[in-house]
Amino acid sequence: MGAEELDVLFQERIDANDKIEPRDSMPEEYRKHLIRQMSQHAHSEVIGMQPEGNWITRAPSLRAKKILLAKVQDEAGHGLYLYSATETLGISREELIEKLHQGKAKYASIFNYPALTWADMGAIGWLVDGAAITNQVSLQRTSYGPYARAMVKICKEESFHQRQGYEIMASMANGTAEQKEMAQDALNRFWWPSLMMFGPHDSDSPRTGNAMKWKIKREFNDVLRKRFIDKTVSQAELIGLTIPDKDLKWNEENNSYDFGQIDWDEFWSVVKGGGPCNVKRLKHHKKAHQEGEWVRKAAAAYAQKHSSK
Amino acid sequence: MDSLNLSKFCIRLGDHCLIMAHRQSELCSNGPFLEEDIAQINLGLDLLGQAEALLIYAAKLEGGSRSADDLAFRRSERQFHNFMLTEQPNTDFAFVIVRQYIMSLYLLKTYQVLSKVEDETLSGIALKALKELTYHERHFSMWINRLGDGTAESKLRIQTAVDELWMFVGELYEEDALDLTAQKALYAPKGEEMKAFLMEQITAKFTEATLSVPESVYMTTGSKQGIHTEYLGFLLTEMQYLQRAYPDAKW
Amino acid sequence: MSEVKDTQGQLWEVFIQTKKGLPFKHFGSVHAFDKEMAIQNARDLYTRRGEGKGMWVVPADAIVAVDPNNDASFFEPADDKIYRHPTFYELPDGTKNM
Repeated sequence: MGAEELDVLFQERIDANDKIEPRDSMPEEYRKHLIRQMSQHAHSEVIGMQPEGNWITRAPSLRAKKILLAKVQDEAGHGLYLYSATETLGISREELIEKLHQGKAKYASIFNYPALTWADMGAIGWLVDGAAITNQVSLQRTSYGPYARAMVKICKEESFHQRQGYEIMASMANGTAEQKEMAQDALNRFWWPSLMMFGPHDSDSPRTGNAMKWKIKREFNDVLRKRFIDKTVSQAELIGLTIPDKDLKWNEENNSYDFGQIDWDEFWSVVKGGGPCNVKRLKHHKKAHQEGEWVRKAAAAYAQKHSSK
Repeated sequence: MDSLNLSKFCIRLGDHCLIMAHRQSELCSNGPFLEEDIAQINLGLDLLGQAEALLIYAAKLEGGSRSADDLAFRRSERQFHNFMLTEQPNTDFAFVIVRQYIMSLYLLKTYQVLSKVEDETLSGIALKALKELTYHERHFSMWINRLGDGTAESKLRIQTAVDELWMFVGELYEEDALDLTAQKALYAPKGEEMKAFLMEQITAKFTEATLSVPESVYMTTGSKQGIHTEYLGFLLTEMQYLQRAYPDAKW
Repeated sequence: MSEVKDTQGQLWEVFIQTKKGLPFKHFGSVHAFDKEMAIQNARDLYTRRGEGKGMWVVPADAIVAVDPNNDASFFEPADDKIYRHPTFYELPDGTKNM
């Protein structure tokens, strides 16, 4: 069977909402697209451990410390599920890490922003995880089997993260004047970057075409972004915080919020490496990797010596 | 044991777990590979849970106005009673493994004894902790083997960690008045018994891992009187910062 | 002993029996350097040490797979691995570990 005929058969399966499994015939472009998307999703979970981990040692109560640790542990676990799913496509974890270190693979730009105060733990849980949930719920129906299954598992664990973040924001907004100021400040800094998590306008995204055609992506960026905003505005109002968008206005006719212009210069700059923490995040990851080399080698050497067991 | 002594006893044990958990949590995103990151966070969470349970009970026994959070976040350096071993920094992975391995043995023995006491709260805490510590000891002991009997570099690093941390081991089987009170009530093993247990386990494991147990070394002492190494001050500065900076805030 | 390579360990597949009497189900994979580590890592990731859960860990390349949906003429006995391209990427000698 020629490549063209295989592609037609493949597209028929996609159109029929079949799940594609690792050994199924698939266009090379489909496989490459998935490797890139899934590995970047995995890297995001792992890099995301850094800004959140920044406040573990300073968590202000035993309960807060426990919850934050549990959350970051989940993120690590999600990274592992996603690396696992990516490896089914014929690429190794070593190569995925190498690509991250070389800057050939990216991770969610949101993690290039710094976690400056304890309130950021609230903002990140509420907004960043909130945006991720909106995206991930949609991805549960992605066409590639292992990716879809990983998304289902992740979604089950994710709602606790958003609740944790919102609870922090709510209690601070309801606390001392300094706490309320800290919470509002965190919202001010994380609002727009969270909206940017949904990516550029679909018209400006070159990969959207294939992604939708192959049902890797199930909904458009702008649709998901709007859904997130509509969900979140009332959550902010409920706890007395103000969304930093003077153009935010309820549109009765559309039954949704009109909102202001995203700073696309900032978006592309951060994607290309010009964000506040891009250098730091990668350096941290490389350092941990380098410092861990002797440990990994020791484990491998021990296994070699005792391989008859 | 009377409430006051029992609360002090719980504070000591809670402090070991709290400081261990804190050091463990510093490893987050710094592990040698992702699976180990998860494992270490898991272990840290267990210890934090034990610390919280013990400090909550200690605060209750005190009968005063202090909460578990007050104990953790408002006491000063001279009021903490964790073993100096627990506050030693994560110099490298070998230091983490050796420190946590030895402390896991101590906690295992301690919880074994506590799981049989009359006090139901304490025996309940101990029974749950015992299941967790069995797993901890297995995890750390697995790494002792792999680092000791791995490469030349790993052996050097772990032997260095053993040699440098050894002076802190003596505190684990020291006895003061409170220990004797606890022993009399059957809440703690005798110092000799703890020492024998630790040495037996450590010697067997180190021999298997081709490591040497240090010869008699000066053993440091003082944590039961609130004397610590210079590391604790920095650790507490970080850990207690928010509560100290915003004393009226609730978190 | 030959020069030790820096890797992330081997790939192991994890099967879990969530309750006695139920079949073992494939949960995903972990990396580990030996079977003792594989069991512990799998437990930390997939069960958070839930009790009474049966678990198997199997080196991924020990698994033999067939897909009944594929046309019989495409079935290659030598190509019976569960994932694509079982030989993983190898870094050339001398690559500085990043």
